[in-house]
Amino acid sequence: MKRYVAAFSGMAVLLLLLIIFSICVGSVNISVSDIADIFTGANRTGAKYHIIYDIRLPRILAAVLLGGALSVSGFLLQIFFGNPIAGPYVLGISSGAKLFVAITMIVLLGHGIHINSFGMIAAAFVGSIAVMGFVLIISSKVNRNLLIVCGVLVGYICSAITDFFITFADDSNIVNLHNWSLGSFSGINWNNVYVISAVTLTTLVVTFIMSKPIGAFRMGESYALNMGVNVLAIRVAIILLSSVLSACVTAFAGPISFVGIAVPHLTKIITRTTKPIIMIPAVFLAGGIITLVCDDIARTVFAPTEISISSVTAVLLVPVVITMMIKTKKGEN
Amino acid sequence: MQHSGFCIKADNLKVGYEKKIIVDDIGFEVSSGEITTIIGPNGAGKSTILKTITKQLELMGGKITICDKDMQSMSFSDIAKKMSMVMTKRPHTELMTCFEVASTGRYPYTGRMGVLSKEDRDKVKEALRYTGALELADSDFNKISDGQKQRVMLARAICQDTDVIIMDEPVSFLDIKYKIDILDNIRDLARKKGIAIIMTLHELELARQISDKVICVGGGKVDKIGCVEEIFDGDYINRLYEIDEKSFDSITCNMMLPLKEDSAQVFVIAGGMESVNVIYRLARQGRAFYAGIISENDVAFRTAKAMAKEVVVTKAYYPIEESHINAAKKLIDGCTYYLCAVDEFGPYNSANKELLQYAIDTGKKKI
Repeated sequence: MKRYVAAFSGMAVLLLLLIIFSICVGSVNISVSDIADIFTGANRTGAKYHIIYDIRLPRILAAVLLGGALSVSGFLLQIFFGNPIAGPYVLGISSGAKLFVAITMIVLLGHGIHINSFGMIAAAFVGSIAVMGFVLIISSKVNRNLLIVCGVLVGYICSAITDFFITFADDSNIVNLHNWSLGSFSGINWNNVYVISAVTLTTLVVTFIMSKPIGAFRMGESYALNMGVNVLAIRVAIILLSSVLSACVTAFAGPISFVGIAVPHLTKIITRTTKPIIMIPAVFLAGGIITLVCDDIARTVFAPTEISISSVTAVLLVPVVITMMIKTKKGEN
Repeated sequence: MQHSGFCIKADNLKVGYEKKIIVDDIGFEVSSGEITTIIGPNGAGKSTILKTITKQLELMGGKITICDKDMQSMSFSDIAKKMSMVMTKRPHTELMTCFEVASTGRYPYTGRMGVLSKEDRDKVKEALRYTGALELADSDFNKISDGQKQRVMLARAICQDTDVIIMDEPVSFLDIKYKIDILDNIRDLARKKGIAIIMTLHELELARQISDKVICVGGGKVDKIGCVEEIFDGDYINRLYEIDEKSFDSITCNMMLPLKEDSAQVFVIAGGMESVNVIYRLARQGRAFYAGIISENDVAFRTAKAMAKEVVVTKAYYPIEESHINAAKKLIDGCTYYLCAVDEFGPYNSANKELLQYAIDTGKKKI
């Protein structure tokens, strides 16, 4: 219990400090006193106010919420497939969402229709579910390592088709699509943040309420059944929840790699448990922290040029995934 | 137990998977405090029956009744309060302590968020103590031995507080100590706590000791249901498993490897404990042999009967007759070697002393 209290309070403090740090860094330097002025209402005009309030803060909040959502989505998929290297990105689910969002945007923009945030999420959700359905069919036919390979291949196909559409679409808005399709938190506004909070936090609460049946899956399906879990219903619920979470991320920030796989494992190092009642909020917090760090790196290291968030997450998190795979292999022997 | 009569009853059950029926027309009843063991060859469908009863496989026909209720009409949670299980395959867990694993048995009783009450915790601890796994409570389930894991899994099934416990090969892959401990626990659960037990076992000698009722599955059907005495009778088991009549002795439950030589070249003058070792040695070498003259109540009788090509036997507490001696001499005549496994010929064993002399006199070689 003490460990959990320490873990949560530690992560909360770290997140708060990181948010302040993230507001400060960037192509325009901002001091902590500037932030204090703005939040106390002493200063509500000027360039700095605009940078903090309209650019950095929404971006930071989006990174935290979406990073958390992506990590919880990965945690759910790992439990669902009983596979420690499952995640929305490697299973191709993020790419499926990306493909559907791109097609929807291109088609609608071609007809002069502007799509709102919920429309984007809906398109991403359809894409996620489509790929998820495909992965589920495969999962009954292949072993768990091949499942990941199939997921990666599906992801490539979806990305290829997306690139194809983007290359041949001629609308000037498509330029933005290109950045988005690589993964980026830039250009997120307050309206987006409201929608993101509404969707991710609601889904998170529902997931948290379901921690008991989700936890029953930790020992495999047959024991879950023997505990009195309606296995089919919970499986469907886990799939829907993880799809909503990863769809929301892809709709606003494009596909972000490896956060979904790596964060649950990093979180376990701190919490030393796999209990969903602890893990769901902990993974969310840790995902927020890690994604925020990655986004800070993405936008500051080569400032003013931004690199894609996935480049950063890949470099930082792939070593984590590999270490974890070696550990799992050892554990199995 | 508030209900009357049986705890679990199967009527005209059809089990199988992917629309293929593996065992047809299964019918049995298990009362509280009764242990029912399912035996039969590999692939006969024993596990399929258990998986159907525990709802892991869809019922392909017939009816299962638990405590007077049709199982099909019960909710998952209601079934979980009536029936717990221990599977063959130990689960693979991640960062779960043994206490946590065992406490999953309390799942049907905890609230919305699955938080354990004091009563739940006490029941888990009590169950762990019962199976001798309490000191493992804080250990990582993945880091303990197979036998210890099985103790934890049994504790999990116990703290689920059910009328029925289903177990699929509960002692397979365990060493002799764990086999004894686990089955001792299981017997107590039935006898002292009145739990109805249904399990599959490959260890026939243990099945014989623990079962009230044995269900024999083979050839796509329930071949026979009965008490131990009816099942371990004559060569029934040998027929069920399609093995040679010499390969299994239903009285001692000994398994015997087949003898390789067609004709016996050795005569063993047998009787007493030492001859058991001698007989085993010959069997180990794969040599065929005759044995005699042994009384039915001799310690070596069952072994000799199971392993020797032919045994000259006398009825218990009857003197050895001339006809026995002649029969034995006839066997010695056909042999090249003899072996005397009797240390000392007692006053009632002059016949065997005579056989030894006969073997020497007829020029048989000693081995």
